[in-house]
Amino acid sequence: MIPTIRVQAQDFDAAQEAARLTQGRADIGAVVTFTGLCRDEGGRLAALELEHYPGMAEEEISRVAAQAVERWPLQGVTVIHRFGKIAPGAQIVLVVTASSHRVAAFEAATFLMDYLKTRAPFWKKEHRKDGTSGDWVAATEADDAAAGRWDA
Amino acid sequence: MKAVYFAWVRERIGKTEEEIAPPAEVRTAGDLIAWLSAQGEEYAYAFENPKVIRVALDRAHVKHDAPLGDAREAAFFPPMTGG
Repeated sequence: MIPTIRVQAQDFDAAQEAARLTQGRADIGAVVTFTGLCRDEGGRLAALELEHYPGMAEEEISRVAAQAVERWPLQGVTVIHRFGKIAPGAQIVLVVTASSHRVAAFEAATFLMDYLKTRAPFWKKEHRKDGTSGDWVAATEADDAAAGRWDA
Repeated sequence: MKAVYFAWVRERIGKTEEEIAPPAEVRTAGDLIAWLSAQGEEYAYAFENPKVIRVALDRAHVKHDAPLGDAREAAFFPPMTGG
């Protein structure tokens, strides 16, 4: 099984991507679809600008996906990560995992998101509603801790 | 080798990428950060807290003690905030 990895500016259709993994087969018992959205941060955010490292972004997500495939019995994995300017409410990231049973699908999707947040070369910059260009979003210890729990 | 910069490292240095020619005694990713820091005020500012800087050699994450080997591209960036 080869994971589908896409890094793109355009939006995606989560339902269509999930259907693509299950189409024409009857061995999959569980599909987990996670979509990450852009928050408006209490109304002050106009947009997020997502910068990425072209080439490495795809390669690093592929490395993380390969680890997930090694660790859980998965019949399908799709990861899509957007870059560029993203408005509040819009989609940023998609993870779809398919497996015979739900535990593998749930765990692998969580693992993929935890690792993407700390390893995939993307950086978010805030653009505020008052017209000022805000700060770069800081990495959080909570994200590092979330990724670290899979090391055990 | 080519150096590439992202996010606030890029903004502080004021460049997206450049060709660099570090001397032979610059052997590791950490050495390269120290050498770049001495290349001007903007570099000193970008690398003022070297511990937070992440390095990738030929598009793969490495630790600061990783040897440069014959890497052709070194990338410098802050901790990632994707997802």
